[in-house]
Amino acid sequence: MLQDKDRIFTNLYGIQDPFLKGAQARGDWDNTKAILDKGPEWIIDQMKASGLRGRGGAGFSTGMKWSFMPKEVGERPHYLVVNADEGEPGTCKDRDIMRHDPHKLVEGCLIASYAIRAHTCYIYIRGEFYREAEALQRAIDEAYAAGLIGKNASGSGWDFDLFIHRGMGAYVCGEETALINSIEGKKGQPRLKPPFPAGVGVFGCPTTVNNVESIAVAPTILRRGADWFAGLGRPNNTGTKLFCISGHVNKPCNVEEEMGIPLKELIEKHCGGVRGGWDNLLAIIPGGSSVPMLPKNICDDVLMDFDSLRAVQSGLGTAAVIVMDKSTDLVRAITRLAKFYMHESCGQCTPCREGSGWMWRVMERMSQGRASVEEIDMLFDVSKQIEGHTICALGDAAAWPIQGLIRHFRPQIEERLGRRAQAAE
Amino acid sequence: MSSHYPDPNVPQPETFAFTPEVMEQAKVFIAKYPAGRQRSAVMPLLDLAQRQVGWLSRAAMDYIADLLGMPPIKVYEVATFYTMYRLRPVGKHHVQLCTNISCWLRGSDDVKRAAEEVFGIGFGQSNDEATLEEVECAGACVNAPVAQIGDDYYEDLTYDNAKALFQALKDGKPVTVGSQIGRQTSCPEGGPTTLKGDA
Amino acid sequence: MPKLTIDGIEVEVPAGTTILQAAEQIGIEIPRFCYHERLSIAGNCRMCLVEVQPGPPKPAASCAMPVAEGMTVKTNSPMAVKARKGVMEFLLINHPLDCPICDQGGECDLQDQAVAFGYDRSRYTEQKRAVQDKYMGPLVATEMTRCIQCTRCVRFAQEVAGAPDLGGVNRGEHMEITTYVEKAIGSELSGNLVDLCPVGALTSKPYAFNARPWELKKTESIDVFDAVGSNIRVDARGNEVLRVLPRLNEDVNEEWLGDKSRHAIDGLRRQRLDTPYVRKDGKLVPASWQEAFAAIAAKVKTTSGAKMAAVAGDMADAESMVLLKDLLTALGSRSFDCRQDGAVFDLSNRLSWQFNSGIAGIDEADAILIVGSNPRWEAPVLNARLRKRYLTGKAKFAVIGEATDLTYKVDHLGTGPDALKAVADGSSPFAAVLKAAQKPMIILGMGALTRKDSAAILALASQVVDSCGLVKDGWNGFNVLHTAAARVGGLELGFVPGANGRDLDGILSGAEKGELDFVYLLGADEIDTKRLGKAFVVYQGSHGDAGAMRADVILPGAAYTEKSGTYLNTEGRMQRTARAVFPLGEAKEDWTIIRALSEVLGHTLPQNTLVQVRDRLAAVSPVFDEDTAVPAGKWGAFGVAGAIDAAAFESPVKNYYMTDPISRASRTMAECTEVYVNGNQKRKTGTHG
Repeated sequence: MLQDKDRIFTNLYGIQDPFLKGAQARGDWDNTKAILDKGPEWIIDQMKASGLRGRGGAGFSTGMKWSFMPKEVGERPHYLVVNADEGEPGTCKDRDIMRHDPHKLVEGCLIASYAIRAHTCYIYIRGEFYREAEALQRAIDEAYAAGLIGKNASGSGWDFDLFIHRGMGAYVCGEETALINSIEGKKGQPRLKPPFPAGVGVFGCPTTVNNVESIAVAPTILRRGADWFAGLGRPNNTGTKLFCISGHVNKPCNVEEEMGIPLKELIEKHCGGVRGGWDNLLAIIPGGSSVPMLPKNICDDVLMDFDSLRAVQSGLGTAAVIVMDKSTDLVRAITRLAKFYMHESCGQCTPCREGSGWMWRVMERMSQGRASVEEIDMLFDVSKQIEGHTICALGDAAAWPIQGLIRHFRPQIEERLGRRAQAAE
Repeated sequence: MSSHYPDPNVPQPETFAFTPEVMEQAKVFIAKYPAGRQRSAVMPLLDLAQRQVGWLSRAAMDYIADLLGMPPIKVYEVATFYTMYRLRPVGKHHVQLCTNISCWLRGSDDVKRAAEEVFGIGFGQSNDEATLEEVECAGACVNAPVAQIGDDYYEDLTYDNAKALFQALKDGKPVTVGSQIGRQTSCPEGGPTTLKGDA
Repeated sequence: MPKLTIDGIEVEVPAGTTILQAAEQIGIEIPRFCYHERLSIAGNCRMCLVEVQPGPPKPAASCAMPVAEGMTVKTNSPMAVKARKGVMEFLLINHPLDCPICDQGGECDLQDQAVAFGYDRSRYTEQKRAVQDKYMGPLVATEMTRCIQCTRCVRFAQEVAGAPDLGGVNRGEHMEITTYVEKAIGSELSGNLVDLCPVGALTSKPYAFNARPWELKKTESIDVFDAVGSNIRVDARGNEVLRVLPRLNEDVNEEWLGDKSRHAIDGLRRQRLDTPYVRKDGKLVPASWQEAFAAIAAKVKTTSGAKMAAVAGDMADAESMVLLKDLLTALGSRSFDCRQDGAVFDLSNRLSWQFNSGIAGIDEADAILIVGSNPRWEAPVLNARLRKRYLTGKAKFAVIGEATDLTYKVDHLGTGPDALKAVADGSSPFAAVLKAAQKPMIILGMGALTRKDSAAILALASQVVDSCGLVKDGWNGFNVLHTAAARVGGLELGFVPGANGRDLDGILSGAEKGELDFVYLLGADEIDTKRLGKAFVVYQGSHGDAGAMRADVILPGAAYTEKSGTYLNTEGRMQRTARAVFPLGEAKEDWTIIRALSEVLGHTLPQNTLVQVRDRLAAVSPVFDEDTAVPAGKWGAFGVAGAIDAAAFESPVKNYYMTDPISRASRTMAECTEVYVNGNQKRKTGTHG
C-alpha cells in the first residue's frame, strides 16, 4: 500500500484548511519560482520522465501533450484549459481536489501554462459544482492577492491569468473540443479533428486541455522529482492515482493509491470490502461508466492501471470503480447507463444521436424481459455500428457498457428473456 | 416535463433587464474573455439571468443576445443544449435527484420515493413548494445517493434521512448540507484508511 | 502535392484537399448528406466514412479528412461498406417512410442513397420520433420529422445568406432545426434551403404537391428578374411552368438563386395578355392580330417619324429591341430609350455601363465601395458573393447610400454625393484603403445613376477611379450594377436616342406637350404613363400592367419562359433564355410580332428567322456574336462635371419582391411582401399555407 509520505493530495478529505495557509503548510507554492526558472523545456522533460499519463480517462502522456504546443508563440496566444467537467458516472475525484486542495490545481495551472507558454488558463468546471467553483475561486483570489499568479506570477516574470468558466449541464463537454466550443459560448458539440487543439483550440489559438488531476499533481512531481513519481506503480503506468469506489462496498470512498494496485486490495483495504464479502461480488465497472464491466473472476486478480485493464478488454478510465454485488440487476444497471448516454448525446452525428436512443429502448425492453433472444445479437451489432463511427468518443462510451454486459453476462440476459418466453407459453 | 423545456402555458414576459448589481457581475464575466470574444460569456450571463428571476424567458435570452451582439438563435441553442438552464419557472425548492448507476446501486429509488411522498409530485413535476427532477450523475458517487437542491449537495441519503431532509425543507426548518450521516466528505465512513497523520 | 491511393487508383492532389474531394477528381463518388462544397464542413452525417491507412482501426469521415502523402483509402472495403450501411440504417430509423406523400420523392438524396448503400430492411421496431413542424416563412414548407439533422440549412443561412435565423436546439435525439420563435427566415435567398435539404424536411411551399420530378420537362434558361442573369432551369408540365431552379454557373450565380427569380413564376399565369386589344370608344376590347395591326398602321400612316418614339422595358429581349429600333428608324424616328429609369452613362463607351471586374472578380477584390446601391435587394445572388468575399476577411467594404443591413459589415461613409466627393479628393479615409488595395472596386448602383445630376455623379465616380487607381493592368475596378435584365443589351444595341432624338424624359415630356403622337412601349411598365398625354400608345408585352392600361393597342408578347431571347447581364455577358412553354393564348414571341407589324406598315424587315435576327444583332455589335472575342475597350473619363445635389442616394428597389409586371402579378410575391416588407410575421393558421 502507498505510504502517506508518497501521497500528493494530503487534504483529500478536507480535514485541514483547504485554502492558502493550509496549502502552504502542505508544501504548495513553495518556491514555485525555482521550478519556473528551470524553463519550459525542463518542465516538459520532467513531466515526460515521470511517466504521468492523463488522469481524465484517455491516459495520454501529459508531458508529451505539452510538447505538442508550438515552441514559439506566434500571432495567436497559447491557452491552457483545465477540464474540470467531471461527469463520468462513478467519478468524483476532481471535486475533492477543487474543494479541499484547490491550490494544488492553481499552482499546477501556473506551471503548466508556463510550460506551454500560455498566459491565460481557463478552468472549465461543471455547473453543478457550484460550491466547488466557489472554493476554487476563493483559492484563485488568494493566489492573485498573494502575487502567486497574475502579473509577474510568483516573481517569475511570467504574467498569468486564471479564470473559471462554469459549465451548465452537459456531460459531453468533458470531451476536450466540446469543452472548447462551450468556452466560446457555443453548444458543447465536439469538433472534427484534425485540427487538434494544440494547433487550433480555444478562440482558434493553440490550446492544451488537461484533466484537473493531471495538472494538480504536476507541482508535486516537479518538486519531488520525476524519478520519485516514476518509481511508483508499474512501468508505463506510473505514480499515484485518485480512485473513487462507489456502489456495493461497505465504505464507498475516494482514496489516493499507487497505480497498479490490485482491484481486490483497493476495495478490501479502503472500502471495507464488497457488501456481503468478496464472494458476493457480481461485477465491477473499473473506470467509470464508459468502460466495459468485468465479471468477478477477472476482478479477483486484475491490477488497477491502464495496461492491465486494457488487457482484459476494459480500461482504467477515470479510475472510478463501480462495484455491483450479486443483488444487482445488471441489465437494469446497464439500461440506466444507456439512458444516460442517450441523454448526453450532443445530437451532432448520426450514429450516436440515433443509435444511443435505439440501444436504450432495446435495453429497456430487455430489462423488462420484453425482447427476444435474437435481439441480443442485434443490439450488439447496433453497438458496433456506433463504435468508432462518431466524431467523439461518446459513441464508443455508449457502446462499450452494453458490449461488456453481453460479452460477460449473456446467459443472464437470455435467462431473463427466456423466462418471459416461457411465461408466454 | 423537465424544467429544461419551455412551458407553452406559462406566459412569456415582454421584457427583461439585468438589475444594476447583476449587470456589474455580468461585466466581470465578459471581461474574462479576450476582446471580441464576449460571446463566451453567454453561459454565465444566462446563469445570472436565471438566478435573477428563477428561469429563462425568451425576453431574457433576447436581452443577452443583444448585450453580447449574438444572433438570438445562437443563444437559444445554448440555453436548450445545457440542461441546467430552466426555460420554465420552478418551485421554491429545485430538488434534483441523481439516479445514475452509483446512486441507483445505493438506493436512489428509495430517495425518489421519499421525495414523492413529501412533495406529492413525481419526476418532471412541479408545485409551489418544489420541482422534482431526475438528473444524470452529479459527480458525488462515493457519497451516493445524492440530491442537489439549489446549489448544494445532500449526500449519503437513505429513505429515512431523505424523508426527514425533504420534510425539513418543506417546513422551512434548517438542514445540513453534505453528508446526511455525518461522514467527513468522501472519506470512508468511520474514519480514513489513509492520511491519518502517522506518516 | 501529396500522392495517395484511392481504391487502387493513384492520385496527386494539392495539400489541404479532403479525401472526398480527391476521390471526386478521379470519378469516385463517396455518398454524403451533410457535406456541401459551398458550406463549412460539419462532418456530422457520417455517411462518407471510408477506410484510411495508416490510421486508427476505424473508418474516417472523408469529407473532413485532409489527404496525406502515402495514404491508402478504400471506399468500398468491408469496413467502409459496413459503416455506411450502419449510418444509413440509423438515418432511417426515425425517418418516416412517407415517400409517397413527400414532395422530395424522386429527387431525394436519402431515397437514392438508401437504395444504393443501405440495407433492404430495418431492424428498428421501436416507436419513431415525431417532430413538430416549424414556420420558416412563405416559401419554405417544413416536415421536420423527416429531418436528418445534417445542418446544411443552418450553415447556409449563417454562412451564405447571412441570416442566422436557423439553429439546432436541444440535443441528442431531441435536436431540432428551428427558427425557435416562429420567424420567417430573413433572407432573399431562402428558396435555396429547399435545394440544399437532402431530404423532404424543407420543401418548396408554393410548389407543394404540384408535381413529381419525372413529370417535368426541364429547360435550361436564364433569369431576367435582375441584371445578374442567373442561370436557371425551368421545369414545366404541359404548358405550365411549375418551378424554377438555379443552374450551376461559377462565374454568375454559383448555384444560388434569389427568391423572386425562383418564386414569382405564379405571376406567369396571372394578369396575362393573351389576345390583342384595341381601344374603342375609350375601352380596350379584344381584337384579332389583323385588327390590331390595322389600327397601328392607320395611326402610323398619319404620323411623321419625328413624332414617333419607343421605350423598351426591363425584361425586353435584344431581338425584339433591335427589330423595333430598325422598324422605327425606317419610319423616321430617332427617339428610343431602353432606360425606363433615365439612367445616365457614357453611351459611347461600354466600360461606363458594365460590371467590368466581372461578378467573379468580387472573389479577388480587396476593397469594395458600394455607391447608391442596395445589392441585397437589387441582386441578392451578387450580394451573397460580396458576403462570401467579406467572410474571407480579405476585403474591406464601404457604402455610400442608404445604411441597410447587407448581411456583412461595411464602413458607412455617408448617404449622398458628399461622401463620394470625399473619396474622390482623398479626404475620406476609405480613399487610402482603395489606393492601397491590389484589386479595388467601386460598384455604382442605379440609386446614383438615375438622378438629375447623374452625369456629374458619373464624372465624380470616374474621378475616384483615377485618383484611387481602380483601373490598372489586368484589372478594371469600375462596376455598374444594373437592376434591369434588358438594360445592358439595350445599351449595347443602341436602343438610345439617335441624332436629335429624344431620351426617356424627352419622350415623356414630348408626349405630354403633344409634340409626340406615337409611342411604342416594348414591355415598358415602370414609366409614368400619365405623362404620355394624348399620344397613341402601342403596348407590346406579356402582362396587363401599367403600360397596357394606358395603351391604345395591345400586342400580346411572350414572357421570358416562352421564348428564346438574348440578354446581356450587368457584366455584358451574353446569355439566352430558352422556350420552356408556349406563349399563352394568342401571344407570340416578341421579335415575330415586330417582324409581322413591319410588313403591315410597309417597311418589311429582312429578317425571317431567329438566326437572321441574331445575325443582325451581331452586325450591330460584336458583343452579340458568340464567335467574336470583344476587346476590353479603352478606359476614358466619363460623365460631365457639374452641379451636384447633396440629396441622399436611394435604391430604386423599394420592395425586392415586386419590381416588374410578373412579380406584381404573383400571389407568392404578394405574400412575401406582406411578411418581409410589411412586417406581418404572424403565422397563418388553419387552412392557410
